[in-house]
Amino acid sequence: MYRSGLPLLINVLSFMAVAASIAVGERSVQARMASPSRFGDKAFEWLTLAMALVVVVLITLIGWQLWIGSSVAIKKFGFHFLVTSTWDPVAEQFGALPFIYGTLVSSLIALLIAVPLSIATAAYLTELAPLWLRQPLVSLIEMLAAIPSVILGLWGIFVMIPWLRDYPFPFLKRVFGWTPFFSGPIYGPSMLAGGIIIAVMILPIITSVSREILRSVPDLQREAAYGLGATRWEATRIAVLSYAKKGLFGAVILGLGRALGETMAVTMVIGNTPQIAASLFKPGYTLASVLANEFTEATTDMYLQALFEIGLVLFGITILVNLLAQLLLRTITTASTTRAVQ
Amino acid sequence: MTKSYRSKILLGLTIAFGLSTTGWAQMMINGAGATFPYPIYSKWFDEYAKVDPSVRFNYQSIGSGGGQKQILAQTVDFGASDGPMSDDNLAKAPGKILHIPTVAGAVVLTYNLAGNPSLKLDGEAVAEIYLGQIKKWNDPKITALNAGAKLPDQDIVVVHRSDGSGTTFIFTDYLSKVSAEWKQKAGNNTSVNWPSGIGGKGNEGVSGQVKQTPGAIGYVELIYAVQNKMPYAEVKNSAGQFVKPTIESVTAALATADIPDDFRFSMTNAPGKDAYPIAGATWLLVYQQQKDAAKGKKLVEFLKWALTKGEGMAKDLNYAPLPDDVQQRVLKRIDEIKT
Repeated sequence: MYRSGLPLLINVLSFMAVAASIAVGERSVQARMASPSRFGDKAFEWLTLAMALVVVVLITLIGWQLWIGSSVAIKKFGFHFLVTSTWDPVAEQFGALPFIYGTLVSSLIALLIAVPLSIATAAYLTELAPLWLRQPLVSLIEMLAAIPSVILGLWGIFVMIPWLRDYPFPFLKRVFGWTPFFSGPIYGPSMLAGGIIIAVMILPIITSVSREILRSVPDLQREAAYGLGATRWEATRIAVLSYAKKGLFGAVILGLGRALGETMAVTMVIGNTPQIAASLFKPGYTLASVLANEFTEATTDMYLQALFEIGLVLFGITILVNLLAQLLLRTITTASTTRAVQ
Repeated sequence: MTKSYRSKILLGLTIAFGLSTTGWAQMMINGAGATFPYPIYSKWFDEYAKVDPSVRFNYQSIGSGGGQKQILAQTVDFGASDGPMSDDNLAKAPGKILHIPTVAGAVVLTYNLAGNPSLKLDGEAVAEIYLGQIKKWNDPKITALNAGAKLPDQDIVVVHRSDGSGTTFIFTDYLSKVSAEWKQKAGNNTSVNWPSGIGGKGNEGVSGQVKQTPGAIGYVELIYAVQNKMPYAEVKNSAGQFVKPTIESVTAALATADIPDDFRFSMTNAPGKDAYPIAGATWLLVYQQQKDAAKGKKLVEFLKWALTKGEGMAKDLNYAPLPDDVQQRVLKRIDEIKT
């Protein structure tokens, strides 16, 4: 189910990994069987290798095309493109900083909301919920993933924003108004609203993946914990969640990948104003949104070039975030292995 | 399924296939571009299929930018745009591109005020609201235009389009004409560096925002405001009259606008006491020298039909048709298309 909703890149990366591991596994099996002359095996190896290469070529071509499409803008604006804030199609001055900021902040808000919710939901579904309730709940969550993004966006404009503006936002302002994050006038469309709608959209995927991961935790773990006299909470926390830490982290990264590229619904509620403001009540803008908004009607060359460069930046950020996540994942794994050895 | 039935289908398929390969199939004319005129264009193509069944039109409403790009790249037989092409873009064309104006529409200012009072605005006030200088509804500059109306001491929430659009092009074209400060600070394009306000995506995004936010003002196409029963302001034109946006007042603006021979004109702030000042036309873009003679001939026939019979259908769809004299001028230009 969740594969269909993933952004291209994640799909591509995971596919690459699978294809590569198949190719590698094939080779080691061959070595063990010591019969390398069999044509079928060779053909299979080449086939899978070709599949894996198609993906690599595809990703390179996308990057290359974006680079070519934006080469003039890159030459003209250079590094300034990444650190300036003016977006003026009339004067042809372009800077992507507010969009980069908006993309990262809205995704961060989404993760802060969606991760605890999703993992708690997954834990409830696998550990605590009565059996008769599990399947209906799972189906409901998966249905949430099936709602088209534009529908969520309309719901965002006509239902979520008026509600947020009338109840939760004034409450946040009353309680946390002394911090810069919740100060200033409340319009409704805002960075916070954008983050919340992304949270709704990535909730199903993080929940589904987390649930699969928690389900794969061997019962032996739980039984051992109970055997030592652990309470239900202790067993879930120590024996299940901690055991599945790495997988859960992977689930979060899948969610993040989707959050970074989320376009339609965010565009409809974030307010589309390229500015960097501390207050989450102020409208913001994301890389994906500016592409969706302005690509169709951009007529001048430099304008199009700048939009292509926005695409390139989004492409880069997605790859960078994924690499960072891989690194972090490795650190976590090494740390826990070391502890286990000690 | 009986055997004879099956063989009949087979026979039919064979004939159909045979026809399509021998060139008896319908001719397909491809176009792409502006979204604003899409409803009337698709109506025209539909009706024209009854007039000349041998030709079919395929129009993709991908936006004016796409329309201009595709006609330049010659991937379509005609383009469509809500703004005339720039000199730079025309210079890139492999041949001379003609602008054929088809219909016009108005951009209206819609608002959300308690009790739905009627509202009158002038260019200066609209520009200052969008520049973020007039911040309250009871600003003297607004109350002076609305004698007798009770306007609240309420913040104005400015809403604009976030996506690039012909609507924004028309609106900022108008503001650039009536306010030197606007021209210098923001200028005129399908998307600009907005000095204030929040952006909504599409007409529905702006109107959604306006409907939800007390004290909001936004601009949308007239059709959209009429269909959604939203209030809209009367705007003072260059003759000093307050004019309600209607199909008639847009056609009046077309009649008095200064239209050069290449038809690349702007009709905002048109003179004439009945002219509504925030309005714009939309154009079809065709090469003067058609590459494919047969297609070119059919395209010319269609354009002539559209500029005569087709114009009559405009009002029903809330577009303003071209005035008679402009129609005649455009028809003459269509005669210059060589096939």
